[in-house]
Amino acid sequence: MSPSTPLPTPAAPPNVLTRLLRAREFGLVALLALVLFGTAALNPLFLSPGSVRDLLLNVSIIALLVVGQTVVLLMKHVDLSVSSVVGLSAFLTGSLFVANPGLPIPVALLFGLGLGALLGAVNGLLVASGQVPALVATLGTLYVFRGVTYAVVDGRQINASNLPPGFLNFGTGSLLGVPNLVLLVLAVMLVFGVYLGTYRGGREYYALGSNREAAVLAGIDVTRRTLSGFVLSGAIAGVAGVLYLARFGTVDATAGTGLELQVIAAAVVGGVSIGGGVGTLFGAGVGALLLGVMGSALVTLRAPGFYQQAIQGALLLAAISIDILVARRTARRLQMGRKR
Amino acid sequence: MKGVRGLLGWEATLLALVALALLGGGLLSPDFLTGQNLSFLTANFSEVALMVLSMTLLVVVAEIDLSVASMLGLCSAVLGVLFAAGVPMPLAILAAFVTGALAGLFNGLLVTRLGLPSLAVTIGTLALYRGLAYVLLGDRAIAEFPAAYTNFGFGTLPGTLIPIPIALFAVLAALFAVVLHATPFGRSLYAIGANAVAARFAGLQVERVKLRLFVLSGLMSALAGVVYTFRFASARGDNATGFELSVIAAVLLGGVSIFGGRGSVVGAVLAVFLIGLINGALTIVDVSNEILTIVTGLLLIGSVLVPNLLGRFQSFRQRRRRRGDAAVP
Repeated sequence: MSPSTPLPTPAAPPNVLTRLLRAREFGLVALLALVLFGTAALNPLFLSPGSVRDLLLNVSIIALLVVGQTVVLLMKHVDLSVSSVVGLSAFLTGSLFVANPGLPIPVALLFGLGLGALLGAVNGLLVASGQVPALVATLGTLYVFRGVTYAVVDGRQINASNLPPGFLNFGTGSLLGVPNLVLLVLAVMLVFGVYLGTYRGGREYYALGSNREAAVLAGIDVTRRTLSGFVLSGAIAGVAGVLYLARFGTVDATAGTGLELQVIAAAVVGGVSIGGGVGTLFGAGVGALLLGVMGSALVTLRAPGFYQQAIQGALLLAAISIDILVARRTARRLQMGRKR
Repeated sequence: MKGVRGLLGWEATLLALVALALLGGGLLSPDFLTGQNLSFLTANFSEVALMVLSMTLLVVVAEIDLSVASMLGLCSAVLGVLFAAGVPMPLAILAAFVTGALAGLFNGLLVTRLGLPSLAVTIGTLALYRGLAYVLLGDRAIAEFPAAYTNFGFGTLPGTLIPIPIALFAVLAALFAVVLHATPFGRSLYAIGANAVAARFAGLQVERVKLRLFVLSGLMSALAGVVYTFRFASARGDNATGFELSVIAAVLLGGVSIFGGRGSVVGAVLAVFLIGLINGALTIVDVSNEILTIVTGLLLIGSVLVPNLLGRFQSFRQRRRRRGDAAVP
């Protein structure tokens, strides 16, 4: 795979500062900074190393899942089944450790990756070959995968005492002060961010979502690309399941329930359009971080726990509303420019 | 897409499946086909059934409302909090309906005025409304309701075994079916769902219609909230969490297209009964919940996948036959 040729630049490119200020992500980063420093001003403990570390750990699993979800959303599909994949992968990996206490961590990660890819392939085949709308297919597999998990778990539970200490240390440990999970998630985001942004394969996801007919005419293999997107989303959710197990240690049949909506919310707040073809991984990652920071800011400011969900919902609505208003203003400005 | 669906009609298929589920349940256990059991079983899905009616109309116009279960929870919380504060019950119920209508109106305004996708909007309000329910109730539960009202929730029509909520649902389902299938308003919903732009050029008030459907969705969630509160004699912040997926699963299994413009109330209602009956039949023979979850998911996928594959197989055969004809000199 080779880097694609750059798009022809407009005649008079706006200078770097203007472009930076206009970027969708700039508003998000500014909002993030506002919440961070605003909260820290009210309660300095908010930016203490311990609480920052907790915050990052909490965000990392959502941020990882957002990578796969972004790829799927770019294609104008959606993957509702991720939370069930996380649950199944977490429990089966746990069972694997119970059976083989000496299992190396990379093998566990590979196991989650493979399992998730397999489950993702089911989604991909349903959507790409079976022509089942992604919302229907992944809502169906959300049930099926969760049902399989319940059947496999059969009322049991994996506890931290069943897991090798090395694995649990990996989940909570850190390298040079940065938690392992965060480093891993950052690496995945960086790799996929570059891939989606500059490589031909990555750009094809955008092409599929913005104009399917044009993508077909351009020679993109829609079936293969769709399939690969869902396999990717599944594989990432499988890895997230292993990390979930490492982070929390305790896993039962309900592990990960409801994550799918948080993940989609983070991607949408981060500017990934549900209508396909629009968005960046950087934005999606910032979206996940913003939702996480809001949550922990509310805890720090001693807002009653019951307010958090309401405020997160309101924030999501505000973010998508502002996004569409800005997009419309930009479109109008472009139109006016063309008329002149 | 023609395939089996075109020949038999999806509703006929669903009806056959419902009959099969009844028969299968009866064979699995002699207790299944007793009036008592069926009465209990149908009462169990009355809230989902109520919300399915308005969701059907929304999906026909190519929108979706993921916040229905949260609106149910919020309306239930409003009802409980007001009643606990000494407000007379009829007024508290009225307040629950006003809450539902306002919540639906808010969804509708964001979708129709700002032009936001309903999937994104209602994911947001799913969190917002559930959050507001928690703000009202915290982890308290309000359970002291007068017997006259809880009787409405888990009672049956006098002299029969028909649960009152299901009787209410039957009346409303008939009303929804007539409105969708036999009025100009109903036909306009299909036009909007099939092609909103064309419908607008044809003079339909697309935005106003959609706004009304979102308000209706809020009102039906409020009704489901009132039923839920009285049936379980409990108002809690987490009432009916996750029900939105069951509602959408039933609507899609009922043959309503997620892309809009296609589907019927009859299909959606049959799908609710099918899921409910399979649920009940498997429970009575102690097949665990997990198998049921898997069956629901497979039904949902199969309802779209099987006709797709049949359709493709038929067109493949036709093409081969045509090619065969051409080869004959």
